[in-house]
Amino acid sequence: MADELMLEIVTPEKLAFSSKVEEVTVPGSEGEFGVLRGHASLLSSIQIGELSYTKDSKRTFYAVETGYAEVLSSKVTILVEGAERSDMIDKDLARKEKADAEARLAKMAKEDQDYEKVRASVTKADMRLKVAEKG
Amino acid sequence: MAALKDIKRQIGGVQKTKQITSAMNMVAASKFRTAQMRMDNFRPYAGKFMEVLNSLALRVDASSHPLLAVRPPKKLRVICMTSDRGLCGGFNSNLIKATERFLKEKKGEGKDVVLVPIGRKGRDYFRKKTSIINDRVDVFKTFDMSLAVEISNDIIPSFLREEYDELYLVYNEFKNISIHRPVVVRLFPLPSIGQEEATDPEKRIDYIYEPSDEVLLDRILPMYVRVLIYRALLETYAGENGARMAAMDNATRNCEELIGSLSLKYNKARQGAITAELMDIVGGTEALSKG
Repeated sequence: MADELMLEIVTPEKLAFSSKVEEVTVPGSEGEFGVLRGHASLLSSIQIGELSYTKDSKRTFYAVETGYAEVLSSKVTILVEGAERSDMIDKDLARKEKADAEARLAKMAKEDQDYEKVRASVTKADMRLKVAEKG
Repeated sequence: MAALKDIKRQIGGVQKTKQITSAMNMVAASKFRTAQMRMDNFRPYAGKFMEVLNSLALRVDASSHPLLAVRPPKKLRVICMTSDRGLCGGFNSNLIKATERFLKEKKGEGKDVVLVPIGRKGRDYFRKKTSIINDRVDVFKTFDMSLAVEISNDIIPSFLREEYDELYLVYNEFKNISIHRPVVVRLFPLPSIGQEEATDPEKRIDYIYEPSDEVLLDRILPMYVRVLIYRALLETYAGENGARMAAMDNATRNCEELIGSLSLKYNKARQGAITAELMDIVGGTEALSKG
């Protein structure tokens, strides 16, 4: 079909997803953007967030970590350091992880060396939980 | 008779050792397969990554980036990647030797070298011998990209703060199951990236960059460091298990040989004991009949 778009999600662990989709929404570092077939060639960095695509009118969500996206007119390649489909995330575990990370952050001072690191893990846990609840 | 019992005990012991070594061989084999699979899975990511990095490097003058900054090398750091566990032949000792040679050479040039050991074997060896920092042990049991992220978080900020000027990575390059050799790779300053001839100009695509190409490069370079580290981790893991497989295979064979020669010895001793007993009986009856 002419209006279809090839989507590949590649992580260091595996080829997480590879199929034709109708539309994909990418959490770019400068803001979320949607891609349809025929998009101009684009290279964008991705931040921790929620990636979603539509296939057969069904929307699927992924929690992704940092990386970048290469957009060509008929193909989108997502290179991220981690990607999980919403129904693969254990909600209870995600909730617990979020609480743990938040508790650790609360104990830290802003000047702490690890502050940024823990803050990032809170963001990540938060996002995973959000995505999990959509699945 | 005591000798017989001793030999029997020895055989039992060797048999038990053999059981252990052949079990370890099988475990290592299954881990090795997993490691190899992970390496195969990583290849598309790394390949795609290099493609984009190269195309980006062609567009942007990367030499001004802080991670590529060349400073007079006075203070060095060396990452030494060994396995956590032993019993894998010369895998770790070869690497440690190579690391020591490298350290000696650099120290001979009057440079200040600090070691970053990854993996228990290297850490334990170098702990008392030289100054170490940011060591990580017991990491290979389960590891993924987040380990590479953690390691890069240890090393990148301190390089940018100019706490050291050059970073080397020493690890066992994985060639195939029986060949792995120590290699030294310079991580910082990153070797120049983007070879002109590597990309076909016809295939080169003019992308829209978001954010700007400089900022994008700034985000991608740390990821590049992680890719390099992760690859080294994977190769170390695969190499360790490959080496253990070979070592345990050897050990099992040696056990078999030992059992064979001990059994022979046992049978001979048993035969000897029977003969001696017979002689006793024969001698006894002869003495009686004469009497």
